[in-house]
Amino acid sequence: MITAIRNYLTFLWRCAKIAFVGDWRYYAWMGLLTTICLIGINAYCKQFVNGLIVTGMGDEVSWGVYISNFTFLVGVAAAAVMLVIPVYIYRNEELHDLVIFGELLAVAAILMCLGFVTVDLGRPDRFWHLIPGIGQLNFPASLLSWDVVVLNGYLLLNLHICGYLLYSRYHNRKPSKWFYIPFVFIAIVWAVSIHTVTAFLYVGLGGRPFWNSSIVGPRFLASAFTAGPALIILALQVIRKVTLYQISDKALLTLRSIVQVSMIINVFLLLNELFKEFYTHSAHAASARYLFLGLHGHHALVPWIWTAITFNVVAMVLLALPVSRSLKWLNLTCVLAIVGIWIEKGMGMVIPGFTPTTLGEMIEYQPSSNETLVCLGIWSFGLLCYTIFLRMAVPILQGRLSYANEGGKPLPDSLTGPNH
Amino acid sequence: MDSRSTTNSAEPLALSRRSFLRSSALFGAGAVALAASLKPLLSLKDGPSMEQFLQKYYKELTPEEMQKVLERISREVEKEYGKRPHLRDLKPMDGVDFAYFLNLSRCVGCRKCVHACVKENNQSRSPEIQYIRVLKMPHGTFDVEKSEHNYNPDLVPEKGYFYMPVQCQQCKNPPCVKVCPVHATWQEPDGITVIDYDWCIGCRYCMAACPYGARHFNFTKPGIPADRLNTEMSYLGNRPRKKGVTEKCHFCVQRTRDGLYPACVEVCPAGARKFGNVLDHESEVYKILTTKRVFIQLKEELGTNPRFFYYFDV
Repeated sequence: MITAIRNYLTFLWRCAKIAFVGDWRYYAWMGLLTTICLIGINAYCKQFVNGLIVTGMGDEVSWGVYISNFTFLVGVAAAAVMLVIPVYIYRNEELHDLVIFGELLAVAAILMCLGFVTVDLGRPDRFWHLIPGIGQLNFPASLLSWDVVVLNGYLLLNLHICGYLLYSRYHNRKPSKWFYIPFVFIAIVWAVSIHTVTAFLYVGLGGRPFWNSSIVGPRFLASAFTAGPALIILALQVIRKVTLYQISDKALLTLRSIVQVSMIINVFLLLNELFKEFYTHSAHAASARYLFLGLHGHHALVPWIWTAITFNVVAMVLLALPVSRSLKWLNLTCVLAIVGIWIEKGMGMVIPGFTPTTLGEMIEYQPSSNETLVCLGIWSFGLLCYTIFLRMAVPILQGRLSYANEGGKPLPDSLTGPNH
Repeated sequence: MDSRSTTNSAEPLALSRRSFLRSSALFGAGAVALAASLKPLLSLKDGPSMEQFLQKYYKELTPEEMQKVLERISREVEKEYGKRPHLRDLKPMDGVDFAYFLNLSRCVGCRKCVHACVKENNQSRSPEIQYIRVLKMPHGTFDVEKSEHNYNPDLVPEKGYFYMPVQCQQCKNPPCVKVCPVHATWQEPDGITVIDYDWCIGCRYCMAACPYGARHFNFTKPGIPADRLNTEMSYLGNRPRKKGVTEKCHFCVQRTRDGLYPACVEVCPAGARKFGNVLDHESEVYKILTTKRVFIQLKEELGTNPRFFYYFDV
């Protein structure tokens, strides 16, 4: 028992140590991310001292970019399932060794989500009121309490799966199926649940007709399964380039098919929503009119949403054409899809819910510079985490950081190890 | 090449010292940068005391613990505003179910209620927080989107308009209570939905859920001039709030649980506001309820079932 704990601690220690080792590019990248993180922390400290008055939010638009980014990132986290399903259900060989990169991305995304909700709290010092047992978690009535449960659960599931697989690989042992396969299948359902619950957070509010629509859930999933795998396509190419970890083009093209189908469904669901809102033209369409056309002379979101729609439609067309089989075009498509969905699902989803207000007032929201810095800080923190996870995982998967070489140093990065 | 053979051989002492110095310099620089980024925290003045941080949930406080809490708050208020408040924790009375009636034929839109409310309930003057919003509505519509909030003529009422004050509708099925993740807001037996300002985490989900814009958030420390402080206070009512929590109309719980009318009812020069216990058949609100033909619950279709009714002189 004690040996097992000591072995595990040695493993963690070596992982932590390797995160501080790399070439100059690695140091430059990590230095940049750390700097932006610190700027974000500084901005958050100002917010903590002065209150949320330093943001662009107010009584009328009471949620802003924090909750927008949160919503988008829950989708990214959920999208790891798009690697898991082909591998564990359809036995796809190409993606088999890449699942873990998707799951690590999910962990980083959830950490960012938790960051975004925390900075949105007026009283972060009272977070313990949410902890069951010592606090007063309003479960199951409040959908926010569901979100607390499912997000933390998803974080633990992914940490367990990634951690167990990597630790087995470190010891060069075959992972015992009973220790992770059941969790993989739970995580599949759980991934869908985190995004459904996040959608229900909005859908459940009868006083906000723009959100109180049953299409929000399906749209959330479709857009998540587009933007998430698109992000993974880009991440995998970066990994392939800097670590010499072998990732086949075929794997990337499999992901392309997933993005392709999801994007078509996403655009189709958008059309459904547009038809319902604009054909009936009821008073409940005021928010949609504000978003897409502008209302009573206010149209801050109009350029944004049309940029998003243009990006999504162009991405859909590119995905449908054979041209996106070339990585250059595929990458462009992925960037368009990610940016398009980030706008549409973040600001384009959250802000119109508040505009016009429930009492018919037109108050426009604009994020403040301090708020933007906090967001950049959290994004950098997420990227920092993901980079560190990869810095640990890749050498382990390549067999360069293993139990066998525990007394010495991990094999140098320039050596390409066995690949699975 | 076996990397172990190179690394296991003893490294020259100078090299390890150099790497030690390098990593210390790195950590030192990191610590300085972190400290610099945390600098704004030095100007934090209204951080919670340990006593406040560990305070239990309202419904779990024993009477003795409640006494201590009231004592702490009184102390804090005295320190901040230089006046000792008369702070109580007034409980709902038995056999009371409050209802509020607003006569739209009488309201002239003078906003005296808004100001009386601010004064009574120690609302922040800077930035401004007001529980009552009076909407100026064109004749013939009930669509709030056609309303004007910031009307400012020399004389009210204006021809062609009517005025509709909106405040917390004290729903029997309150969406704000349902969504609160920590039970910081709830409906009391007398029908008033209250907030434990010492339990709210400031997530503002209730503000997203409220269909009436009734909930307000303290985006910063509320600014109340010390000489305007109303020292007659209640825990769930008008005691000064802290930064980062929500607040809203509570039917002047510090008055109505003590046999008085809410401030807005008392001040209304047109007699448009009626308040009382519907279970009391002698009450004015019971008479209105049984004699008037038409009532309107704002956004009735949402199923929130307000205990705040609008009616007309017909």
